[in-house]
Amino acid sequence: MNNFKLKDLTLISALAGIVAVSGLTIQEAHSQGTSTIKVDGSSTVFPITEAAAEEFQKSTKGAVRVTVGVSGTGGGFKKFCRGETDIANASRPILAKEMEACKAAGISYIELPVAYDALTVVVNPQNSWAKNLTVAELKKIWSPEAQGKVTNWNQVRTGFPNAPLALYGPGANSGTFDYFTEAINGKAKASRTDFNASEDDNVLVQGVSKNKNALGYFGYAYYEPNKTRLRAVAINGPKGAVLPSATAVINGTYQPLSRPLFIYVSAKAAKRPEVKKFVTFYLTNGAKLASSVKYVPLPAAAYKTVMGHFQKPRLGTVFGGQEAVGLTISELLKRDAK
Amino acid sequence: MKSESAKDVHKLIAWAKLWQAGFIILGVLSLLVGIVTLVALLADMFIKGGPLISWRFFTSFPSRNAEEAGILSAWVGSLLVMFVTALAAIPLGIASGIYLEEYARKNWIADLIEINVANLAGVPSIIYGLLALGLFVYAFHLGDTVLTAGLTLAILVLPVVIVTTREAIRAVPSSIREASYALGSSKWQTIRSHVLPYGMGGILTGVIVALSRAIGETAPLITIGALTFIAFLPDSPVQSQFPYISFAWLMSPFTVLPIQMFNWVSRPQPEFQLNAAAAGVVLVGMTLLVNGLAIYLRYQFRKGIKW
Repeated sequence: MNNFKLKDLTLISALAGIVAVSGLTIQEAHSQGTSTIKVDGSSTVFPITEAAAEEFQKSTKGAVRVTVGVSGTGGGFKKFCRGETDIANASRPILAKEMEACKAAGISYIELPVAYDALTVVVNPQNSWAKNLTVAELKKIWSPEAQGKVTNWNQVRTGFPNAPLALYGPGANSGTFDYFTEAINGKAKASRTDFNASEDDNVLVQGVSKNKNALGYFGYAYYEPNKTRLRAVAINGPKGAVLPSATAVINGTYQPLSRPLFIYVSAKAAKRPEVKKFVTFYLTNGAKLASSVKYVPLPAAAYKTVMGHFQKPRLGTVFGGQEAVGLTISELLKRDAK
Repeated sequence: MKSESAKDVHKLIAWAKLWQAGFIILGVLSLLVGIVTLVALLADMFIKGGPLISWRFFTSFPSRNAEEAGILSAWVGSLLVMFVTALAAIPLGIASGIYLEEYARKNWIADLIEINVANLAGVPSIIYGLLALGLFVYAFHLGDTVLTAGLTLAILVLPVVIVTTREAIRAVPSSIREASYALGSSKWQTIRSHVLPYGMGGILTGVIVALSRAIGETAPLITIGALTFIAFLPDSPVQSQFPYISFAWLMSPFTVLPIQMFNWVSRPQPEFQLNAAAAGVVLVGMTLLVNGLAIYLRYQFRKGIKW
């Protein structure tokens, strides 16, 4: 019986020992662990930052760790303004509410555009009529007033066939939805709600590719690999019908559906050598990285200007908390921080 | 007259047989619906993902190029998270089960706890994710780390372990307990030397069911912020310097197999769908391995029992 007690005692003391040691080492690890750069935010910007993180970690042979999370632009800014992350991925400029949160927490930031995205309106390849659409026609289709009323292609433009209109678009939590509704309907999040919504763009690709009468919209990165299953619709502007493409985005003719993508670097984190190195790597290789994941890179000169903004830290945002629609790259870079 | 009633009986038997045959067909069809669907899904996954599984797939980090992408950080993460989950859920669950079954007085508090535990086993996993987000990430500041994930999954599977432990203990005949008491042993000695060893087979089954559930969970981990690109391994638990063991890996960011699959499935390039299928094959393999281990252990325990 004594024997049993002894065994129990050793077991308990061994457990206590393990707990104590683990407690100590956890504290130690905090102070001396490998340096980690934390990035979080938009799923649209994710592929570019992921590419940068992948190549950067290869080039430093694992000396620096980079984690890239996906919690949406809004979620990313929440964590960023609480000081939990070093860099925020954003598919739209920081909003007034988020600016206040950051200010309250004493977090200042450097706003860096890294690439452009062309929101692409797509139809089924068998759709022989809708080669191009005007912004007004898109508004007729997507505005909140169209709910339950605009349900046939022949209501969109005279001459379009009598065919039911099947709509596909991203869900309300998406930055793409915010931007599209702002650009087309004039107010972010104002949209009809009787369409097939999904946060997963692959579902939209599937939907449009299987329905002859479908129309949908999402980021160019999802259109590019699915070109055989979908057809992009040209946007009719003052300079004629323009299809989404890198050239059209850079020369500013694909309007109003091209949008800049950003990373926001915390000014405090930017002082750390590994963060400095990572952002410099990101901007130097920005063009290559962006095009490798099917986004539109900024012109080389623009990356230089942006690099200047990072090296001589230009704090704050140039948008003053407003969503910016129809801004060309050169206009964007000329703006001053507010 | 006699032959008439015999005819009736024959007719009755024929009807009964017909009903029986009908029911057998219905049963087999019902079974087939489930099995065929399962087999078709598994076969589809194996055909798509099987050819991609190679040494390289296990030893490469995720990448934006589908051909280069692998699951190194994912399977290591899955193993580490499972380790923490097992370490937290098994002792807690078994101890709670023993207490509730053997020590707790049977009153309304015990009833209340019993109802709650049974209900908790059926709560959707995302709720546990929200609980973990509030408790571990915000209140304890543990961040989105291996430790948080392990503990989250531990509380998720705790009710399953408790319920099965209680059932396993209850199945031990009371004559065994009485015999033990008759020989003068205390309650704890009885539990330790008789109830626990005899119930171990059932307890292990519960533990394994729990761990198999935990290994495939995605929703609660996404809630705590684990949907992340990770191309590095957590710190090694074994160090070359004193004290030789390090627990830094507990505080490391992580990814797990189901999250890696989720990430790949949502990508535009079709090649990534194949990668996701391959990761699925590995996940199914891991689950089967855990289950196999459990069956083996249970067999070993049952072999040792001589009543």
